[in-house]
Amino acid sequence: MADLSVKIKDLHFKNPVLTASGTCGFGQEIADFVDLSKLGGVVMKGTTLKHREGNDYPRMAETPSGMLNAVGLQNKGVDNFIKNIYPTIKDVDSNFIVNVNGSTIEDYIALAEQINELDKIPAIELNISCPNVKEGGMAFGVSCASAEAVVKAVRAVYTKPMIVKLSPNVTDIAEIAKAVEGEGADSVSLVNTFLGMAINPETRRPVLSTITGGLSGPAIKPIALRMVWQVAQAVKVPVVGMGGIMNAADAIEFMLAGATAIEVGTAIFIDPTIPLQIVDGINDYLERHNFSSVRDIIGSLQM
Amino acid sequence: MKKTVQELLLVENEQLNHDNFRLVLQSENELPPIFPGQFVNVEIKKATEIFLRRPFSILDVDPEKRQFSLLVKILGRGSKVLTTYQAGDKISVIYPLGNGFTMPKADEKVLLIGGGSGVAPMLYISKVCGLNLDQVHVLLGARSQNDHVDVSAYQSFGKFYFTTEDGSLGEKGFVTNHSIYKSELSTFDKIYTCGPNPMMKAVAKDAVAAGVFCEVSLENTMACGFGVCLCCVEKTTTGHKCVCTDGPVFNIKDLTWQI
Ligand SMILES: Cc1cc2nc3c(=O)[nH]c(=O)nc-3n(C[C@H](O)[C@H](O)[C@H](O)COP(=O)(O)OP(=O)(O)OC[C@H]3O[C@@H](n4cnc5c(N)ncnc54)[C@H](O)[C@@H]3O)c2cc1C
Ligand SMILES: Cc1cc2nc3c(=O)[nH]c(=O)nc-3n(C[C@H](O)[C@H](O)[C@H](O)COP(=O)(O)O)c2cc1C
Ligand code: FES
Repeated sequence: MADLSVKIKDLHFKNPVLTASGTCGFGQEIADFVDLSKLGGVVMKGTTLKHREGNDYPRMAETPSGMLNAVGLQNKGVDNFIKNIYPTIKDVDSNFIVNVNGSTIEDYIALAEQINELDKIPAIELNISCPNVKEGGMAFGVSCASAEAVVKAVRAVYTKPMIVKLSPNVTDIAEIAKAVEGEGADSVSLVNTFLGMAINPETRRPVLSTITGGLSGPAIKPIALRMVWQVAQAVKVPVVGMGGIMNAADAIEFMLAGATAIEVGTAIFIDPTIPLQIVDGINDYLERHNFSSVRDIIGSLQM
Repeated sequence: MKKTVQELLLVENEQLNHDNFRLVLQSENELPPIFPGQFVNVEIKKATEIFLRRPFSILDVDPEKRQFSLLVKILGRGSKVLTTYQAGDKISVIYPLGNGFTMPKADEKVLLIGGGSGVAPMLYISKVCGLNLDQVHVLLGARSQNDHVDVSAYQSFGKFYFTTEDGSLGEKGFVTNHSIYKSELSTFDKIYTCGPNPMMKAVAKDAVAAGVFCEVSLENTMACGFGVCLCCVEKTTTGHKCVCTDGPVFNIKDLTWQI
């Protein structure tokens, strides 16, 4: 068995495989299929200060090798999280990471302050890249100035590792990554979904209630991989890579491109056991190539 | 009940009419309890352009043989490719998913109304609801005679009625035009329905007017089927609920349908 452990700042992950926000609920929803304690981490569904109903149905459109979603951060709010969800996860031996969202900087601050108090939440993923909400969300992640402002504000109140989740809907993602690193991000994760659209030609109407939505799945993998590679070269902090990872080979590509850890998202809808299959597959790969640690392959792309 | 991802063996694929197929799947393990209204999410690997799984209701279960069946109606690419699978093929299935219908009490009289892709759960209820033949009334609607499937295997469980839009089988019109529906609706204790939304809404409206308990099984499009993507939501009196985990069966009094 190779050493699969990785670190983000001082936070230890038993392996580099996490489940992506919005694709695994709060963990318990996939507990029938996977032993959560075997995962490197679980990034839970996007949480906001207040309850959000999310967007109207229809919220989903299948696309070639992927899907569009327009969920719009439906969640019951942080109070419900602390009261009803936190108790169910706090004794599971894995890193449960809260995906933090807001419409305003004040929202982000208030939420981060509350999460900071929770002993068993070792890190947050600051989402400045949700394409499916009218206010806030992606708007914060598409310019250096607004990304810096929100990261700086949250850094002032949040003391544990802070991973900032970047939007791919920008001209130069490496610039944004450098900007948030400069304001104290301990890590960056990428990518969130690409803004996309689907039309039903028979009805001549958009398929999604919101007209546009976020594209995920294997369809985005080559672009996500390119972005992870560019960002890994631009920043010193660890990079968490994601976008269309379906198997261990995909995960290893992201790590070779410079990702310290990876997240599995849409693949879970196809088969919720895929994240654990990837853990095993990475181990097999390391043994086959005589690496004693997964850390040896991070950013080891041969040119 | 614990959900699993399993490779099941297709033991039979029987064509029932021009666009309906009955697929029988067998597990290596003992089957979990499966209730009418519950569904499975099927991977259609044969066609790489079909990315997501497709949900199908349970038509019937044979615990002894560790088999259950699905009634697949061709709608688009996925359902079409699924019907080309042959006995001996393996199919990955996530199941059992969702919540079933509220089963009737021993002295109740029920009306089961099915149409389109919603016939399967109605047939399964008729078989396992534990009532006598004269307590179970099954009303099935379709465009024409050749759109109906053969239900003779279920006719010992209830009284069957048919409607067709062209009058080629049973009474002419929609299910809501049928004589038993028009004259006896309020005599039923429970109405269950699954099918096209306009049909379910028409039934729901009449059930409300008649003051009869009514449950519908919704077929919202799904990405995961087990409650993590939040794509399948339906508006209810208590906010958005997931059709895959809170449903697919809902009591109409909990829905916000404008009926
Ligand atoms: C809980 C549940 C139980 C179901 N049970 C059965 C069953 O027992 N038997 C059966 O035949 N079918 C059943 N269905 C419907 C079945 O899942 C769809 O027919 C199938 O997913 C269509 O896939 P496709 O690739 O053939 O069509 P696609 O190519 O995906 O779609 C063809 C067209 O139909 C539309 N469409 C597809 N799915 C839906 C939907 N769910 N609602 C509205 N429009 C849609 C698409 O937008 C497209 O325009 C059930 C659905 C659900 C959610
Ligand atoms: C249905 C759905 C819901 C999502 N919800 C969130 C969310 O709440 N917060 C977030 O940061 N990302 C969210 N995402 C984005 C994923 O976490 C991930 O960044 C993206 O899907 C790309 O990875 P994938 O191709 O492996 O899915 C969501 C994605 C999907 C498909
Ligand atoms: S289909 Fe994913 S939550 Fe219902």
